[in-house]
Amino acid sequence: MLALYEYTAGRLAEMLRTKETSSVEITRSVLERIDAVEEKLRCYVTVSPEEAVKMAEEADRRLAAGDGKPLTGIPIAIKDNMCWKGHRTTCASKILHNFHPPYDSTVVRLLKEEGIVILGSANMDEFAMGSSTETSHWGPTRNPWNVEMIPGGSSGGSAAAVAAGEAVVTLGSDTGGSIRLPAAFCGVSGMKPTYGAVSRYGLVAYASSLDQIGPIARDARDIALLLNIICGHDPKDSTSVPRDYPNFSNSLDKPVKGMKIGLPREFFDKLEDPDVNRVMKDARQIYRSLGVSFVDLSLPHLDYALAAYYIIAPSEASSNLARYDGVKYGFRAENFDGMIDMYCRSRAEGFGAEVKRRIMLGTYALSSGYYDAYYLKAAKIRTLITNDFRKAFEECDAILCPTAPSPPFRIGEKMDDPIQMYLTDVFTIPVNMAGLPGMAIPGGFSSDGLPIGIQLVASHFEEARLVQLSSAFQKETDHHLKRPSL
Amino acid sequence: MDYEAVIGLEIHAQLLTDSKAFCSCTTRFGAEPNSNTCPICLGMPGVLPVLNRKALEFTVKMALACNCRINEFNRFARKNYYYPDLPKNYQISQYELPISENGFVEIETSQGKRRIGLTRIHMEEDAGKLIHDETKPVSYVDLNRTGVPLIEIVSEPDIRSPEEAGAFLRELRAVLVYLGICDGNMEEGSFRCDANVSVRPKGEQALGIKTELKNMNSFRFVERGLQFEIDRQIELLKAGERIVQETRLFDSATGTTASMRSKEYAHDYRYFPDPDLLPIRVEPALVERLRSELPELPTEKKLRFVNEFGIPAYDAGVLTASRELALYFEETVKLFPKPKMVSNWIMTELMRRLKGEEHGIDSCPISAEQLAALLRLVDEGSISGKIAKTVFDEMFDTGKDSSAIIEEKGLVQISDQGELVEIARKVLEDNPSEVEKYLEGKTKLMGFFVGQVMKVTQGKANPAMVNQILMEELKKR
Repeated sequence: MLALYEYTAGRLAEMLRTKETSSVEITRSVLERIDAVEEKLRCYVTVSPEEAVKMAEEADRRLAAGDGKPLTGIPIAIKDNMCWKGHRTTCASKILHNFHPPYDSTVVRLLKEEGIVILGSANMDEFAMGSSTETSHWGPTRNPWNVEMIPGGSSGGSAAAVAAGEAVVTLGSDTGGSIRLPAAFCGVSGMKPTYGAVSRYGLVAYASSLDQIGPIARDARDIALLLNIICGHDPKDSTSVPRDYPNFSNSLDKPVKGMKIGLPREFFDKLEDPDVNRVMKDARQIYRSLGVSFVDLSLPHLDYALAAYYIIAPSEASSNLARYDGVKYGFRAENFDGMIDMYCRSRAEGFGAEVKRRIMLGTYALSSGYYDAYYLKAAKIRTLITNDFRKAFEECDAILCPTAPSPPFRIGEKMDDPIQMYLTDVFTIPVNMAGLPGMAIPGGFSSDGLPIGIQLVASHFEEARLVQLSSAFQKETDHHLKRPSL
Repeated sequence: MDYEAVIGLEIHAQLLTDSKAFCSCTTRFGAEPNSNTCPICLGMPGVLPVLNRKALEFTVKMALACNCRINEFNRFARKNYYYPDLPKNYQISQYELPISENGFVEIETSQGKRRIGLTRIHMEEDAGKLIHDETKPVSYVDLNRTGVPLIEIVSEPDIRSPEEAGAFLRELRAVLVYLGICDGNMEEGSFRCDANVSVRPKGEQALGIKTELKNMNSFRFVERGLQFEIDRQIELLKAGERIVQETRLFDSATGTTASMRSKEYAHDYRYFPDPDLLPIRVEPALVERLRSELPELPTEKKLRFVNEFGIPAYDAGVLTASRELALYFEETVKLFPKPKMVSNWIMTELMRRLKGEEHGIDSCPISAEQLAALLRLVDEGSISGKIAKTVFDEMFDTGKDSSAIIEEKGLVQISDQGELVEIARKVLEDNPSEVEKYLEGKTKLMGFFVGQVMKVTQGKANPAMVNQILMEELKKR
């Protein structure tokens, strides 16, 4: 028999409704699991067990009173860049090592309203800048499938926690692939919704025009349940889109027969890894067997996406991170000579190398005389990429492509080679550039037994279609049911 | 060689919205330091701005009043620089696509009417305030002002003298106050002005090297600062020296300017579109609604006062300097339709007292009705101008009606038939030639006789009775 922490949120919610278990029992089971494996994996920056049990007790009261919502009582972990009032939110950075937000982010408010049990904050790359969760001030998170490997990033803690049973579901954030990549590397499901579908209020900004919060879970059903909670218009976020969001669970059992999936040749031309190639081939086979047809397409400007991303994201970051100056909150250098020196030393000592690299890149790109050549040009490329996708979706219902060019790599392998690290996101970044919803689901394993994910991309606000396609895939496969042995 | 000055002004005006530009904190002035703040204006990690619609509407009104083109599509940009009074270390402002451009304002100068071009009017947020400890090397920051909506008004370099600069500023301030979107208080900093100044030989087209002047927090200081700077630059050029492009601070104690920082170390503000705020689309329907809501502006009102009331342009200018004063004048004239007399009283007696007591016209203790009643008494000859001034001061101090004061102070009219007949007879006796002319048909002299009676009685005689008695007495002759 499975332990409670091994179940999906959907199954646990059924068990809560039939009173087979309680939120406190589930929460204790997950907390025990955390005690057992956390030291090996380091999924969390902060765990708050007492608080979690209290929230679970409250959830049980709500459930007993018949006041429960679909996910009331389910334990979740949030990424350490989502403000949770009174709880340390560090963005895995020394500069915010002691920051306790005085307010709740909109997603945390929504989780609280649902009666979800918040276990703590998951580890991440510092300020979400990275593809491996190695740039965290608190040290790297390890891949539950092989602790010598990285879990992907930047939401590595969120993905690894789901894979290891240290949380039932989690929230991550995705600026260039930070939900989909770790989901793929940890053998779980993760979705980046359309830009504007989930409020960014209270998400500590990395690159505002690209950041998007999304769910990480064991299967498509749990993804749908979380989307039902977090998608929605928020007047506190000017970029949040007012529209009617569907009940995503309704798409879980819709047949995919007759759907058309696009295969952009620019994605597949680059594919060198035999394991990834095999997994992609298998995925096509499965969809074909479900009655899906394929159409070859071209996204001609895709090759420029990575370069343009590394202008736009650092530019926005250089401005977003300017507020961490040692004046108001967070880390301040101990010794300094005057105000300017205090700024310089606090930032020099408070930020890690990758964050500093991106701040410098962005500062340079926005400088007078360079703006037109870099930022403006990158913004134009972004429009071209968006137009490419728009045209593509005239010919297909969704796009299928790899999540990453390779299976998970070794800890330390790419830390000294930023370009190689950046290339890890080559298949996920274009989706952020176009603001589209993208989902990574387990597609198979490498010859070394490491998870490999496939990626589905749909048109703006077509998250339901991704739920439908991934759910259909998971009914035919069992990759998502496999658990690492720890 | 003769030189001329070339001046451009940059004005920052705080908008009178209830809440801040991008959060719901109050904009109230004078609260405890850092009490009017929230995570958003404090620039906490994760917060996002949401535009205050009122600030947008106020800006459009000002732009329309200044004949600007409204950019239907405009957006916010971030101006990046580090300073402790700026919690995010960037200011939300507008750069490439401001909300309005290409306007103008007309001013009256000693040389006649002049049109001063406006490059742009855009929206932005204010920064906080640093308070420096006098005794220790410590500074404190008050973020109450952080995020208060501002408009920045940038003029073309069309201004040629400190006098024109003053007239331009006063005109802008009057328009802002008329629109009810800014209180125009230079001392408290809700209306601030920086200037770019250069000089060049008269007739030269190319611009000279400019300096930027800051810290001039009154109209007078702007004029004095500019004059000092113009003189300084001309002297340098005459001595064959170079002008250094720099920012200079005006010192009101000495009336001089001194170098603050060289432009060589100028900030690179790294402007870029703010990704947290969507581009703004100003719907033409909104512009039309706001245009239809525009009040009569100072220039129009002034012209109307001259035409409708026949008062001199100077008087009209003084009376329309504030919307409330103009309203007070019009209400008084409605009740007592002698505009020139009303204008004289307002411009001398009323303004003297208002200035002395630092009252605004909106808190004037004498209402338009009360003033009209007083003037009617003067006009009817019921009281003399001299007594009226005494009564006026008493009205200002106590808020009482003129009639009550007249009664209290024994300034009551003489209504005793016998006494008045005696006085009338005496007046007629003392003025035999006028009596003769009157009897020959020059009946207009009645006014003269009335005046004489009033003079003798120090204005206290009951005018109706005086008329009656004089008629009767003259008939007897």
